[in-house]
Parts: sequence; C-alpha cells; structure tokens
Amino acid sequence: MNPKRSMDRYHFKPKSRLKEFLGEKFIAANALVALVAILLIFIFIFKESLPIFTSPQVQKEAGVAKMVFKQQYYPGRDAKWSWQPNSDVPKYSLYPLFLGTLKAALIAMLFAIPLGVGAAIYSSEFAPRRMREIIKPAIELLAGIPSVVLGFFALIVLASFLQRAFDLTYRLNALNAGLALGITVVPVIYTVAEDAMTAVPRSLRDAAVALGANPWQVSFTMVLPAALPGIAAGIVLGFGRAIGETMIVLMASGNASIVSGSLTDSVRTFAATIAAEMAEVVFGSPHYNVLFFIGALLFAFTFIINLGGDVIMHRLRTKLQGRTK
Amino acid sequence: MSTMMAKAGGSGSSAATAYQFKRKTSGVIPRGLTLAAVIVILLILAVILGNVLLSGMGVISWRFLTHPPEQGMEAGGIFPAIVGTVALVFLMVIAVLPVGVLSAIYLHEYTRPDSLITRLIRVAINNLAGVPSIVFGLFGLGFFVGFIGTGIDSMFYAPGRPVWGQPAIIWSSLTLSLLTLPVVIVSTEEALRAIPQELKDASYALGATKLQTIRRIIIPQAMPGILTGAILAVSRGAGEVAPIMFTGAAYYLVHLPSKLTDQFMVLGYHIYVLATQSPDIDATKPILYGTVLVLLVLTFLLNFIAIIIRSKIRTGRANA
Repeated sequence: MNPKRSMDRYHFKPKSRLKEFLGEKFIAANALVALVAILLIFIFIFKESLPIFTSPQVQKEAGVAKMVFKQQYYPGRDAKWSWQPNSDVPKYSLYPLFLGTLKAALIAMLFAIPLGVGAAIYSSEFAPRRMREIIKPAIELLAGIPSVVLGFFALIVLASFLQRAFDLTYRLNALNAGLALGITVVPVIYTVAEDAMTAVPRSLRDAAVALGANPWQVSFTMVLPAALPGIAAGIVLGFGRAIGETMIVLMASGNASIVSGSLTDSVRTFAATIAAEMAEVVFGSPHYNVLFFIGALLFAFTFIINLGGDVIMHRLRTKLQGRTK
Repeated sequence: MSTMMAKAGGSGSSAATAYQFKRKTSGVIPRGLTLAAVIVILLILAVILGNVLLSGMGVISWRFLTHPPEQGMEAGGIFPAIVGTVALVFLMVIAVLPVGVLSAIYLHEYTRPDSLITRLIRVAINNLAGVPSIVFGLFGLGFFVGFIGTGIDSMFYAPGRPVWGQPAIIWSSLTLSLLTLPVVIVSTEEALRAIPQELKDASYALGATKLQTIRRIIIPQAMPGILTGAILAVSRGAGEVAPIMFTGAAYYLVHLPSKLTDQFMVLGYHIYVLATQSPDIDATKPILYGTVLVLLVLTFLLNFIAIIIRSKIRTGRANA
C-alpha cells in the first residue's frame, strides 16, 4: 500500500477540507492550461484558414486546386506554379514554397544527421567522462543560441564564405539557409539519440561483453540496433524542427519563390512566408486566410511528427526496461 | 593511435597478437569518425562565438548600452531594446511560472502517471514544445490580439481606436509564456522527482495536509529546479523573434514601454531589422554585432547559471 494514501485518512480537520478541495481544483486548473492552449492553437489557426474551404469568394482566388496544381494566369502563356500573392493577378501556388521548405530542410538533415548521431554515439559509447562533461554543455549552448543569431550569422558570415568558396550566383540560397538550419537540428538529434542509447540497460552490454564482444562490437551490434528507434525518433523530430524554423530561413535563404531543382538557388519556405507577409496583409483577405492555412499545415505536420516521436520513445523505453526484468 | 599501429605492425606474425591487434584497432574507425562529429560541432560553436565576440567586443560601451539608436539606427545604442527585452521576459515569467510550477505539482503529486488526464496533458506539453514558433506568432495574433484584445475593447471601451485589440507587450509576453510553459514544467518536474518520499511522509506524519505539505515542504525543496526552469524560460524567451513579430515588437520607438498596451523594442527583433532592413549594411554592421553580442551574452549567462544549478540538483540527488 502506498504510504502517502494510507496517511490521507488521518486528515480529519473539517476546516481544512474545503481548502484542500479548492486547492486541488486550482492546481488541476493550472495543469489544464497546456491542454487548453494546444486546443486553442488548433482551433484558432484552423478557424482563420477555414474560408479557403467555405467561402466561394476566397476560393475564386485561392481554392485548394489553385494552391496545388499548375495554373494558367495569363491567356496564351504556359501554366505554371507561382507564389505572388501581391501581384495584379494574385497567385497562391504552394508548390514553390513546399519545394523551398523541402530543399532547405533536406540540406539541414544531410548536414545534421551525421553530426548529431555521430556525436551521440561518441558521447554514449566512447567518450571518457571528462570529454562527456564538455560535449553535453557545448550542445546545450548550441541549442541555446537564439535562431535570430544563427540567421544573422548565416546572412553576414556564412553566405559570403560559401559564395566565395563555391563561386555561387546567389549569395543567399538553399545551401546557406540549410546549413544554418542544420546547426539548430544537431542538438535535437543529439539529445534524443543519446537519450535512447543511454536507456539501453547495462545488463545487455554486460551480456555482450561476457560473450566476448569488444567495446565497438558492443556498440555497433548491440547498443545501436537496440536504440535505433530512438535515433530514428531524433531524426524525425529534427526534421520537424527544420520544417518549422522561421528566423534562420527568413534571413538566410533569399526568400525568392523559385521552382527549380538547384540547391544553390534562392528559396522561400512556408514559415518564412508567414513571417514576411503577415505584417502587411489585410485582415480577412484571401491572402490572410492562405497564410493561416500554411500555419495550419505547419501545425498539423509538426503535431504528427511530435506525436510519432513520443510514441516511438515511449515504446522503446518500455521495451528496453521490460527486457531487463 | 600511431603507437598502437606500430606495435601491432611489428609483431603481426602470431595469431594471438593478430587477434589483439584486431581487438584494439577495429574500434579506431568508428571511434575516430564519431569523435570527428564532436570536433566539428565544437568547431562550429567556437567559430560562431569567436566571430561574434571579436567583432562585437569593440562596439560595447556604456554609451552603447544606455543610449537609443541614432541616425537611422546607424549609430547610437540599443537601450530601448534592452529595456523592452527585460520588460517582456519579466511579464512572461510572471505569467508562466505559477502555471508551470502548479502543472508540474499536479502531474507529480496528484495524479497517477498512467491516468488518462495525465497522459493527455503530457501529450499536450510535448506538442506545445514542438509547435513551430511562427505558429505561436499566428496564434498570438489571432487569439490574444484579435480575440481577447478586441473582445476587451468592444466590452469596456467606446468604439474607435483600439486600446487592447492591437499588438502590445502584454500579448507578446503571453504568447511567449505559452511557448516556454513546457520548459518550466519539465525542469520543475525534475526537481520534484528528486525530493525524497521520506520528507513528505514526515510532513504527513506530523499532521500536515497535502496543501500544507506542498507549500511548506515540496515547493521550498523544489526551488532550485523551479529557478532553473524560470532561467531557461527567460533565456529562451529573450531570443525568440517569430512569436512577437506580429504581437507587439516594433521597429523603432522613441518612448520606452510604460503600459501593458504599449509596443516595445526587443534585442532579437532589432537584430532582424538591422540585418535585413538596413539600406547600408556596412554602416550598421558594428551596431549589429554589438546587439548580437549583448543578446548572446545574456542568453548564455542564463543558460550557464541554469546548467550549474541543475548539475547541483543532480549531484544532490545522487548523494541522497
């Protein structure tokens, strides 16, 4: 029997009963704030994007089909994807933004996965204690750099360096933004992956050593496979971060909505589009609704990713702990 | 590494030493590669910090910290941005700290970890931590400014110029407090876990009620963790720009914010404005570097203090 529970029986002061009851309710109400906040975010973001589906007036300019498929904006010209909400003929194709977001995020992941996973493996498997005491705070500091500072760094320093090094046409481009974005993704991947690897129970390692495995065999044939779902979760969560990050891409990507396969072209991402255009938009206009719709997409996407990451980590922990029994 | 190779190369004839060689060297490549990842990360950190420190240091002066921008932000200081940042995070902490601490207490002291409500709240907290900051900005604009603010205006004020229904420091700080709520909850919970059950039992044995125990035992014991949460929240909030862009931050203001409904200048947004909206980037560069350095020093100092307090809590728990 839980000692805390059995003790509760002796609280018979009648005066404090009501106070205790109200106190508990008050504390519970505070705990509900997070839940209510998530619901309110959901409701308000989706409410403002609803006219895209319900109002014929908005649909004429920015229906779902217009956002997804190629459109012929001027008679006699080729149909194309184009994001130009402020031109005479407003164009709301989301495809250039989608492509831009994907390009920047992909570069970020290519850069961040080896670094994040590598550092996590090193600090959980190989690092001497003193080295680990350097790595962890260093990663925490890296995570603590405000994204506007990374955006500034990419805009002022990294962009010039990359342009000189690779002789690029555009100073601000997907590569530049993606690399800076990668710097924010590294701590996400590192933290989750390292967490998963240290969650692998000592008994499993001991068993492998007893069977004659050397340290790196223990790491790569035993710990890594066991922690693999956790590492995958870290990568997925990192991707979610890369998709939603705003200030870095707003400052470092050039913000031109171009449809091209080149990684050194300028890109415009979903998040940066909201940040750049929300301040000037007319309240309640189709443009306003589309920006909220983009916000809703970002919210839904990161919500699914976070939920998935959570579930993976939860399952992994119960699985690893279950085996030790 | 090289001595190992030389030793093994000299006596590779016998099977036993060949095996030993394999045992020792086979770990070298994965070890070296993962170490390289760590070194690259440390280098990136060093390059960013070094660059900002070297270029920003010369700009920092008493004048820079205590004077407003001059000549179209190409000269002068960043005083209003510093004041705005401090005011913003101060309001944010007032809003987020009680809610975050009480949430953690509820989750840890009142409910079972596997009950439905606990799991729902946990999912909400985790997702709140993962929502992109620009979505918080949209939400702040739609909910706080557009719904609450406009609602207050239509209820208490004569129609005309909006008072509460416009971007203001109160709405920015409330938006940020939602963004930092998970930070406070997580670090308070960590502190709650470190409190020994015996201490609570002793309190109950003396006849204290649950509420009394929370007030007199649990909260004081969890104070370092609560403090850590507050510091980390401030450090996070001070650097965020996307959530406050449409909810209250201003390009340039002559007056410091004096009421909750005022707009304000803030370091992070000032960096964005200086870096992207300046007609002559070379002229604003020194000021820009100075502002970045101030923001970085502020956030790092806070993070550093939090790391120290937290490691103290952890060692304290290990000794208990």
